Amino acid sequence: MISLAGRDILHSWSKFALTGLGLGLLIGVTFTMAGVYRGMVDDAKVLLNNSGADLWVVQKDTLGPYAESSSLHDDVYRGILGIPGVARAANVTYLTMQVRRAGADVRAMVVGFVPGEPGEPAFLIAGRRVTRSHYEAVADLTAGFALGDRIRIRRHDYTVVGLTRRTVSSGGDPMVFIPLKDAQEAQFLKDNDAIVSERARTAGNPALNRPGVPGLLDAIEASQTSNRNVNAVLVRVAVGHAPETVAEEIRRWKHVQAFTRAQMEDILIAKLIANAAKQIGMFLAILTIVSAAIVAFIIYTMTLGKIREIAVLKLIGTHNRTIATMILQQALGLGLIGFAVGKIAATLWGPAFPRYVLLEPWDAVIGFGIVMLVCVLASTLAIRAALAVDPAAAIGG
Amino acid sequence: MGLGAGIHLEGVSKRYGAGDTAVDALKDVNMSVAPGEVVGLIGPSGSGKTTLLKCLGAVIEPTRGRMTLGGEVIYDNGWQIDDRRVLRRDRIGFIFQAPYLIPFLDAIDNVALLPMLAGRPNAEARARARELLEALDVAHRAQAFPSELSGGEQQRVSIARALANRPPVILADEPTAPLDSERGLAVMRILHQLAGQYQTAIIVVTHDEKIIPTFKRIYAIRDGRTVEEAGEGRGLSA
Ligand SMILES: Nc1ncnc2c1ncn2[C@@H]1O[C@H](COP(=O)(O)OP(=O)(O)O)[C@@H](O)[C@H]1O
Ligand SMILES: [Mg+2]
Repeated sequence: MISLAGRDILHSWSKFALTGLGLGLLIGVTFTMAGVYRGMVDDAKVLLNNSGADLWVVQKDTLGPYAESSSLHDDVYRGILGIPGVARAANVTYLTMQVRRAGADVRAMVVGFVPGEPGEPAFLIAGRRVTRSHYEAVADLTAGFALGDRIRIRRHDYTVVGLTRRTVSSGGDPMVFIPLKDAQEAQFLKDNDAIVSERARTAGNPALNRPGVPGLLDAIEASQTSNRNVNAVLVRVAVGHAPETVAEEIRRWKHVQAFTRAQMEDILIAKLIANAAKQIGMFLAILTIVSAAIVAFIIYTMTLGKIREIAVLKLIGTHNRTIATMILQQALGLGLIGFAVGKIAATLWGPAFPRYVLLEPWDAVIGFGIVMLVCVLASTLAIRAALAVDPAAAIGG
Repeated sequence: MGLGAGIHLEGVSKRYGAGDTAVDALKDVNMSVAPGEVVGLIGPSGSGKTTLLKCLGAVIEPTRGRMTLGGEVIYDNGWQIDDRRVLRRDRIGFIFQAPYLIPFLDAIDNVALLPMLAGRPNAEARARARELLEALDVAHRAQAFPSELSGGEQQRVSIARALANRPPVILADEPTAPLDSERGLAVMRILHQLAGQYQTAIIVVTHDEKIIPTFKRIYAIRDGRTVEEAGEGRGLSA
């Protein structure tokens, strides 16, 4: 016996190929949507990995530092260092802002870190670590940063001395790492006009500018312009201590919140990315329905176009089963072409996306299963129409 | 010959519908076609020709009567066979007004499909198909798809298909309708020759004036009743 479906596909291959191509592009979009979500999850994990921390200590009652803003005094880390099980603790700041490079604005997350401590980017793909205490930066290359680039952050210029990869915020903005002091200044720095008017206001306040107390005005002004805040303290737990226990201890003694790695991941994925995931889930559902409708429509029209031949096939003794198999195989063939085109398309255009698109092999396997299932379901309409054909219809009326 | 082979109908009636709207399309039809014989079935539109073919082709059920095909009683006030699909496949060849070839199969596989459906190996089915295409003078077009064949070639391929499982009976429904009189006569010559060669009993439904003289025997049907007439049996010598 020959394969009726195979012969039909071979005979009208251009129709199949074009339909499969259209379907494939749609499937490619679907895969990419899934890949965008996977990429976001993976970015979040990489973000946590790169920080090199076991615990994130943030302001009490906040989900900081990534999902909510958090502010801690910059001496909190000293107290934390004294807690048993804490190997290292270091201040970090995070601020998403527009930085200028070569006259153009780039949206970036500026990270302030203490060199040699948690929070420093672990792997550089080019250049060196920050060695000077001011005005050097390590930047992610996604935004097109290169070694030697000069980045303007607020009032100062920074030289890019090192490059990282896949260090982006949960919003997808590339990170720029600068020394903590610079970052604190950038985050809380007032501009010159504000400083001048603040000084004038302070000097004009008799309570603060007492003639009999020399040095008071200077001390007040110094405290006003310097900044003593950070967004989080990253903690590395000593070997042999359970992060959860240490976190509990920090929460109890320091009136701060401490999150473990697992909790942080949950905050990033379940809270921060949750809406994006729902959005993407909605897209996936619609794309699946649209693909199903297309396959159903195409297979149905192709079958209706062959009603007379199907009546003849039945009259000359073809099993209903054989006819149903023919239609089903055609639908599966279409799905197969669509899947292949979709997989190739997603792989080709994935890297062109601004954010990381992660095409998981396992997603492709599940996607293949769904495509085939959709094709089976979509062919039932056509199969019903074909099975309803009366063989008597082949004999002219 | 006798009752052994060929086609025999005794008192076959067919009523469509019931009550006030019932139509008696066939009324006590009696008919016999011997193996190797080609008979014509003529009659005005609505007289019951197609209904008779459909009953014989086992796609609609008569209301009563008795039908014998190739020596076996297939209907006796009820179907006498289990699988009418297999009956149609193995024992009846169909030729239609239009060729109705399967568009995505080439000529040889359109013919070979029938033996394949009957479980014959592909090679054997194709060998038989080629033999038939040769007999019908279209073997040189074996690899062509229906859309690449002329009307006459398509009709010859469809005749080859009707013969593919060597059925004892062929039912042809106005097989010359789409052809000019020259080709129509050629098809009739082929049918007469094949009937003799394979001992097939053939019924040709027609109202084509040009081919009516080719039958030796004709059944005229009017209002569901058949009348046997002697035909002229000429015009077949090339
Ligand atoms: N499916 C049907 N239902 C009801 N009446 C039918 C049906 N098919 C045919 N008839 C009627 O049976 C009669 C014979 O029809 P048919 O066998 O098609 O005649 P012919 O083929 O000679 O033109 C006509 O009166 C026709 O209207
Ligand atoms: Mg008719």
